[in-house]
Amino acid sequence: MELPVATVTQHDQWKVESQVFRIYDLFGNLPPNAQSVMIELQRDNHIEYLTRGLRQLPPSFCTLDASRPWLCYWILHSLALLGESVDDELEHNTIDFLSRCQDPSGGYGGGPGQLPHLATTYAAVNALITVGGDQALSSINRCELYKFLQQMKHPSGGFRMHDGGEIDVRACYTAISVASILNILDDDLVHNVGSFILSCQTYEGGISGEPGSEAHGGYTFCGVATMILINQINRLDLPRLIDWLVFRQGKEFGFQGRTNKLVDGCYSFWQGGVFPLLQRVRSIIDEQLVLPDAGGHSTTNGTHTSTTSSISEVGESFEGTSSHVDDACHSRQEVNFNDIGYNFVKRPIEMEPLFHSLALQQYILLCSQEEKGGMKDKPGLSRDFYHTCYCLSGLSVCQHMWSDEEDSPVLPRALMGSYSNLLEPIHPLFNVVLEQYHEAREFFTRD
Amino acid sequence: MDSDEEQEWVPLKNRPEWSDVVPVEQDDGPNPVVPIAYKEEFTETMNYFRALYRADERSPRALQLTTEAIKLNSGNYTVWHFRRLILKALSADLQNELDFTEDIARANSKNYQLWHHRRWVAEILGTNATTQELEFTKKILSHDAKHYHAWSHRQWVLQELGGWEDELDYCHELLEEDVFNNSAWNQRNFVITRSPFLGGLKAMRESEVSYTLKAIVAHPENESSWRYLRGLYKNDNQSWMKNTQISSVCLKILIAKTDCIFALSTLLDLICHGFQASQEFRDAVDALRNSDLEQAESDLAKTICSLLETVDPIRVNYWKWRKSMLCQDAN
Repeated sequence: MELPVATVTQHDQWKVESQVFRIYDLFGNLPPNAQSVMIELQRDNHIEYLTRGLRQLPPSFCTLDASRPWLCYWILHSLALLGESVDDELEHNTIDFLSRCQDPSGGYGGGPGQLPHLATTYAAVNALITVGGDQALSSINRCELYKFLQQMKHPSGGFRMHDGGEIDVRACYTAISVASILNILDDDLVHNVGSFILSCQTYEGGISGEPGSEAHGGYTFCGVATMILINQINRLDLPRLIDWLVFRQGKEFGFQGRTNKLVDGCYSFWQGGVFPLLQRVRSIIDEQLVLPDAGGHSTTNGTHTSTTSSISEVGESFEGTSSHVDDACHSRQEVNFNDIGYNFVKRPIEMEPLFHSLALQQYILLCSQEEKGGMKDKPGLSRDFYHTCYCLSGLSVCQHMWSDEEDSPVLPRALMGSYSNLLEPIHPLFNVVLEQYHEAREFFTRD
Repeated sequence: MDSDEEQEWVPLKNRPEWSDVVPVEQDDGPNPVVPIAYKEEFTETMNYFRALYRADERSPRALQLTTEAIKLNSGNYTVWHFRRLILKALSADLQNELDFTEDIARANSKNYQLWHHRRWVAEILGTNATTQELEFTKKILSHDAKHYHAWSHRQWVLQELGGWEDELDYCHELLEEDVFNNSAWNQRNFVITRSPFLGGLKAMRESEVSYTLKAIVAHPENESSWRYLRGLYKNDNQSWMKNTQISSVCLKILIAKTDCIFALSTLLDLICHGFQASQEFRDAVDALRNSDLEQAESDLAKTICSLLETVDPIRVNYWKWRKSMLCQDAN
């Protein structure tokens, strides 16, 4: 007699499921008042954990010594999501420290004196926007940064992470995101990026890091956000992408990064965060879905044969403010890429979230949250700043998915737990808190 | 183990060969944020590294120092970058680099830098490195069969250096071990679409469809095989819709009444692409319905969506949306 032996995938999956279900059982058997305590966001503890990290980190953080702007961003953005800002001294120290990471010839490195790198440039710029204020925003040398982005541009259309570094979808996103939010995005930077991203959409529907690799949550967010920022989202096969995406949410209520991999709290943002992007381009998806064989994917050689509307066209209908491209750095172009992010966030979501928002909030609050502060991948693992940032970002996405308009109030049915769990809304293309985004937008479009 | 290594470590300031170098402190400013409480070894190694990096000293001792620095933090891309400049300047034996990166991978292989470095080395070594690189990734994958970097590297090796001959067999081996390994399915798609020896997707399609259908019948709950099947018809929906083997397998799974979600969603997609479902399909779907819970719909696609709303509750909004799109479609 032969009993079927579980494969590694099944074994690992069942182990995590049983851990998660044990927590949900415990929760389900509690009286309502005890449930509301258990589902509470541990605000004060998170704030304490985060603020302490900003002030001092133990020796084990040596492995993140080339990612210090990331640490700044993860912590400051988490605090901003919690509606908390740091005191003037810490703000000043952040600006001073990040200036030391800024390369004289543009971009930010992982620490003082390190080579400029696109990922840490994205992290530093987002951290400074999160700090906000003229001192923080003016500390970014946009002209030199633009030159750095140009140097990283590869003839294939992609970007290199750093001088001689790897080319992938992350590099495209961090370059395009930074350029867009700083109002320095132009045709030269955009050239062929869309074709590169398109070549990374896999047969599964999601997006991989490089052509041929496996569809993955992190790269899917990066790819989709990039395509929106460069006004080419209609080139992706969106029905297949959404079909892949909705299936990444599992029995555990959280998202996994890839098919048949384990749930991880950070994908609450990397996968969950794609919904507020795609649900704002619904007309394009609807067109592709109604005409399944005429969708965006049939295009080749970068020419658009699709009849779908582009975002900038739709964007025009929002009392379009005239564009202010930074003429000091480069000349203006016909499609103003720099307005896309601004107009995009004003578009309504219009429909219920296509994922299970309350279930995801339950996973984040019950399985990813550390009672003593901080968030983690899954039960049994330890908290860290990366997971704290992306679990909270995902939680914010869930809570604000139902808002019809930018300023409309969050409905009770959108929230797991009480209103005290409510986080600040983000700009879903950049993952900075919306209010901070608007301040930066105002600052960088001035004059 | 760590403490043993610490005991063996001799501070650079006590090593005669470094006496001419003035270490350079990190310019963290008076009150840095996210300050790390570096251990002495880390601080000193990096101080000497900064001195050589600033002086652009591409020497054997600089190479040795990058080894030490990378061991302390393999994520420091600046050190790796400088190491490549040194290797080039010294025309160093790159075979040693393969051993070095393997050494680093043993401690932590989930790091962009080491794989990028390995790719740089293999590119220079050319086809001499093919076997070694395929073996190296195989070794990593034997511990973690879904290692993203290892798979990317392996694909790069195949495309740039070759070695495709046994790759389909390798995919098969991994799927035999764990049919839920989506990375192995992805690699299979990579091989059949890109291998210069197999004639491309269309030539492989028939045999791949039967391979995959077998896997689906054995494990209808396995999303990987369903997605792989769909991928065999990327940009050729009509052939997919017309292949009766596929619809038959859906029917078979629906009749068996267990793990029907992917069979139902595939049938829905088939219908959306023009598949005319016979009465058998309607009966099989009806048999899955709980008539108390779901309203009868005249339209089979709508019935499938309603059914999926109950059997796949986490995606209830998705199936509702799909259903709403069917209405527009019909008119």
